[in-house]
Amino acid sequence: MDVATKDHAELAEIFNRDEERVDWHDETLWWIRAKRDKSVHQLPEWEALREAASNIKFNVLSNLNTYLEQFEAAAKANGIIIHWAADAQEHNEIVHRLLTENKVTQMVKSKSMLTEECHLNDYLATHGIEVIDSDLGERIVQLAGEAPSHIVLPCIHKKKEEIGDLFHMYLGTPSNMSDPQFLTETARGSLRETFLTRKVALTGVNFAIAETGEFVVCTNEGNADMGAHLADVHIACMGIEKLIPNREHLGVFLRLLTRSATGQPITTYSSHFSKPRAGQQMHIVLVDNGRSVQLGREDFRNSLKCIRCGACMNTCPVYRRSGGHSYHTAVAGPIGSILAPNLDMKKYADLPFASTLCGSCSNVCPVKIDIHDQLYKWRQVLVKEGYAPTSKKIAMQVMATTLASPTLYHAAGKMGRATIKYAPFAVNNKLNAWYKERDMPTPPKESFGEWYAKNKK
Amino acid sequence: MRVGLFVPCYVDQFYPGAAIATLQLLEKLGVEVVYPKNQTCCGQPMANSGFEHLTGGCNRLFIDNFSGFDYIVSPSGSCVLHIREHLHDDKRPGEAKEISHKVWELTSFLTDVLKVQSLQARFPHKVGVHQSCHGQRGLHLSSMTELVAPSFSKPGSLLNMVKDLELIELERKDECCGFGGTFCVVEEAVSSKMGKDRVADHLKHGAEYITGADMSCLMHMEGILKRQGSKVRVLHIAEILNAE
Ligand code: SF4
Repeated sequence: MDVATKDHAELAEIFNRDEERVDWHDETLWWIRAKRDKSVHQLPEWEALREAASNIKFNVLSNLNTYLEQFEAAAKANGIIIHWAADAQEHNEIVHRLLTENKVTQMVKSKSMLTEECHLNDYLATHGIEVIDSDLGERIVQLAGEAPSHIVLPCIHKKKEEIGDLFHMYLGTPSNMSDPQFLTETARGSLRETFLTRKVALTGVNFAIAETGEFVVCTNEGNADMGAHLADVHIACMGIEKLIPNREHLGVFLRLLTRSATGQPITTYSSHFSKPRAGQQMHIVLVDNGRSVQLGREDFRNSLKCIRCGACMNTCPVYRRSGGHSYHTAVAGPIGSILAPNLDMKKYADLPFASTLCGSCSNVCPVKIDIHDQLYKWRQVLVKEGYAPTSKKIAMQVMATTLASPTLYHAAGKMGRATIKYAPFAVNNKLNAWYKERDMPTPPKESFGEWYAKNKK
Repeated sequence: MRVGLFVPCYVDQFYPGAAIATLQLLEKLGVEVVYPKNQTCCGQPMANSGFEHLTGGCNRLFIDNFSGFDYIVSPSGSCVLHIREHLHDDKRPGEAKEISHKVWELTSFLTDVLKVQSLQARFPHKVGVHQSCHGQRGLHLSSMTELVAPSFSKPGSLLNMVKDLELIELERKDECCGFGGTFCVVEEAVSSKMGKDRVADHLKHGAEYITGADMSCLMHMEGILKRQGSKVRVLHIAEILNAE
């Protein structure tokens, strides 16, 4: 079965037509990765923290049902209203229903990758509800009519000049303004008006504590606080894997999250929400959307340990040179390539192949997800399920047959070397993807095997 | 000590020099080396493309060729990692397991098994080392920048034993070169860009040679250097450690 949609390789090829832009993208993200390295080296206990976090999350995943029930009971006791959503559709409907019940057509939202995963903005737009994203980066991509290209740095693919143009177009700033300070001030001004007038605010959840029924939202801009504190209704949406057992575990994760993400010691705002204030409604929507299926896939279950720090993206040499949008899924990069095929194998069959399996992601990951090994395993699953292009299947079969037989192998090797030597045009042409930007190796006069036979026996 | 020399298919066909140097180097160090002539390939190209189920033939052949040695040594970290992690055979599980424990990448075999302290080599050039990912992160040939751990490099420590050789520093110590097996053709655009960037880091710091413990990455970078008309050459680390 051939997959028809534009895949990662094609989208990456388009991104790579502007090499200067690729360099800029790569260097920006590398700068963040280097900042991360510097800041984690300040903690001699870094590896122990990673180990602790990984084990805590293993515990959570092994007892997810218990922790979820514990969380639900505790949150209810705090006066929070709990909703359960089996999939994206249900999640969107619940949010929509809450808006309708409160008779609002406008909502302010702080950054939440879960709502991106569920395509909430589009869904609400078709029902006549306007959503304003209050995270600066998220607001920028929203104005541009794009999806975030990175889970922590949603508009990392945009240069400040382009942001200036967008603001000029939508927020009435003078043209050709690219000073970051000025742009931030402008966005602040326009968002303040939004915060003051919205009755309903939606936030994501970074950590939910089973013991106490509280949740924590981390932002650098304080936008989640602003939205939630000024609104009459606070809706928090979370994937069911966001749980941690106890309050004391929070210390481990808060220390890991931001150092991994941006190299900061801690986020500027880690806001704890435990109960609605007088007169306020507080809702939590607990979303499955494929998570329990992934939990049931033994080889892939620990991808659910992910705390969405984005470190694997910043370090990924492929992500840095292909851009987040090339992954055509809400969560891009290495971790996204493991999560996406779980949701739709056919649509995302290309993603586990968009990696050199270099392994940097697995070692940078603060919760020690074996990302590159899972990419390898997804490849096996996808091929077995029939999602490999026919041409590749044939090539692999031929290769396997040739390499399983010394006689065939030696004949093919001779022929291959002769072809490169005497008929280079047969391999050095446009159809040979290797040759587009690389020369072929110069064929030696004899293989090692031939040399050995002559010289050693 | 009897060592079976495992020469990966593309080294056999395109880079016999790397294999000859490996053989000579081991012999110089007093090791009895045998090259089983019916070997072909470790099966990694299929496995990493998702076709591990087609590697049965390669696995059988590998076991036929390499059973009974004290060690199996190869000038390719990537292929060694594949054998270590994925060699299996339902009919001969014991032999497969034994082999996967006995297979070594050349530089770590020199530092960890033979415990080489000095070499007779001389190579009066500026050399950049490419840390191939599978060797570095998979076989722990050197420390990686992601981890908070003491830094070390097995290839680096060997190169430091070579007379008159000058190792250059790189901006990005352990960035992947973008070869990645079939990745290099399936994801041609990103692969080439990564290769160009990797090569540029070496050139910027004055490398005359780029070396490493994995010929496949070097082949990729050589292709880019040649296309750019560069005089900088790639050499497998065995060729430098064996240089007079
Ligand atoms: S997989 Fe690990 S590194 Fe990547 S976003 Fe999740 S926690 Fe961070």
